[in-house]
Amino acid sequence: MTETVTGKVVITDPAGLHARPAVKLTKLAKSFASDIDIRAGEDGGWINAKSPSAVMKLKARHGTTLHVRATGADAQGGVDALVDLVKRGFG
Amino acid sequence: MGQRAEQIFHGQPAAGTMAKGPLHVLPGTRQETAAPAAGEDLAAALERARSELSRLIGNEKGAAGDILEFQLALLDDEDFLAPVIKRMAAGEPWRKAWREMLEEEIATYRDSGDEYLAARANDLRDLQMRVLGTDQDMSGIGRGAIVVAADLTPSRFLQISRLGVSGIALSGGSATGHVAILARERGINMIVGLKTAVETLPDGEQALIDAKNGLLIVSPSARTLAQGAERMAHEEKERKAAQAMAKKPAMTADGEPVRVLLNAANPDDLEEISPEICDGIGLTRTEFLFSDGLLPDEETQTRVYERILAWARGKPVTIRTLDAGGDKPIAGVTADGERNPFLGLRGLRLSLRKRALFRRQLRALLRAAIHGELKIMVPMVSVPEEMVQARAQLEKARQELEQRNVPYGDVSFGMMVEVPAAALMAECFDADFYSIGSNDLIQYTLAAERGNPEVSWLADGCNGAVMELIARTVRAGRRLGREVSVCGALASEPAHAACLLDAGVRVFSVAPAMAGPVKLAISRHAMAKGSKNK
Repeated sequence: MTETVTGKVVITDPAGLHARPAVKLTKLAKSFASDIDIRAGEDGGWINAKSPSAVMKLKARHGTTLHVRATGADAQGGVDALVDLVKRGFG
Repeated sequence: MGQRAEQIFHGQPAAGTMAKGPLHVLPGTRQETAAPAAGEDLAAALERARSELSRLIGNEKGAAGDILEFQLALLDDEDFLAPVIKRMAAGEPWRKAWREMLEEEIATYRDSGDEYLAARANDLRDLQMRVLGTDQDMSGIGRGAIVVAADLTPSRFLQISRLGVSGIALSGGSATGHVAILARERGINMIVGLKTAVETLPDGEQALIDAKNGLLIVSPSARTLAQGAERMAHEEKERKAAQAMAKKPAMTADGEPVRVLLNAANPDDLEEISPEICDGIGLTRTEFLFSDGLLPDEETQTRVYERILAWARGKPVTIRTLDAGGDKPIAGVTADGERNPFLGLRGLRLSLRKRALFRRQLRALLRAAIHGELKIMVPMVSVPEEMVQARAQLEKARQELEQRNVPYGDVSFGMMVEVPAAALMAECFDADFYSIGSNDLIQYTLAAERGNPEVSWLADGCNGAVMELIARTVRAGRRLGREVSVCGALASEPAHAACLLDAGVRVFSVAPAMAGPVKLAISRHAMAKGSKNK
């Protein structure tokens, strides 16, 4: 039984989660076996971080707090990697 | 075979006049029975789309490549494909499932209330078409056909416009949209906002497109055809007269000389046009260089501007600096989430905030100026201070070139007059010339958004208040010895030539396809008494 790991990070990229960051984020999420979800702000609904379509429709813009949660063997690694990617401005 | 009853469908006029031809219902909107590339299943179609996209990505850098990457990523998105798989499992053909699922996605993007997401709707349309394999099917469009479709991307429109079609009728689109502007520039008959589901129209059936009145008449009666033939004969006579006029200098009926310049965008479009039909270029829109957030470097831009100057063969060329914002968002450049983008950070306002980007364009323009008479024009100026700041950036751009020992040429530096405040106070601005952007001037003067069909009737170009602002700018220009031209859509409308002439306008900048018709309209107008050299 694995537990759920969570993390959060503020989007600093001026354009927010537009096409390029959305693709980068989902590609990174897909490199982990765990289920990884994200949401925009406290009240947003969780969406699959491995789906570019869902990530794009999140409309997460500059200044939004992105919440990450993962469940699975490599959950901690997945959360850390995604948070780090957003922190780096998707570089 | 029984004769079908005549059916009339209403839309809005977008460009051109009248023509006859068989309907061609475009794939993507065509009924399932006419599916292209029969035998291909979803997996094969996705694989073909993947390889096409990968090939395209290879040639693209920057944001255009990012967008293609996004399309490619969607093809491997299980959540995205799940509804299609589900519908197929319920026995639906994959093409129908794919098309309809994408249709829903496109609507979601378009109606998201998010400018960036809405701008991506056309990319989903491209992806929808790509997987359906409709690119191959474009060749099925015959010369003289009337193409009907839900909507067209600009690239698809350009492909179709080269096939010699009689006209295009869209159920989507807007008369002020990019595709409609392209249609006017190319003289293609076009209706938008057609009030019918295009897939219900009979493919191959004879039809008449009346683009002046925004009508598509399917299975026209003998009487309608006879009336249409009469109108077409008249239009044809006018078209020939306009064509004969195109290469002559423009002059009013009583001998007042007028200069007619062209509006241009991409230098590729100019290749098909003879410089003999104009006295120069009055407006070059440089937004195409920046589409999808692509920020071309100085070298790339210099080469593009040089090409335009080479085309003009010594005639003056006016190039407008980036006019992003308002209805022209550019991802990564324009501001997101403005409550009223038309009153927000757009045109020169944006350039003065993105100074490095602005100077990069100015440096490229200064470098190109060695090769001809180049005039730089800045858009969306409201107060004189903005021209002071813009000139300071021009000076800094010159210094930057000098530091690098890069040669540059002389330019004149003028402004668009599209804000009423600028028209009222034109002489207070440090501009070498003025060019009136009628589209924005009209919408700001009448407080009627041009893209909103509910209020667009208010946005009449010959409105007295608009004409007063134009006449005032013309008078200011005369007093100061500075050229005043009109470069907005108003100048391209032959019906409005008379009122512009009466307002004192002597320089028109028009869509290339309208040079002849506007010269013809000018030649038929005698100046009202007392308006000469007013």
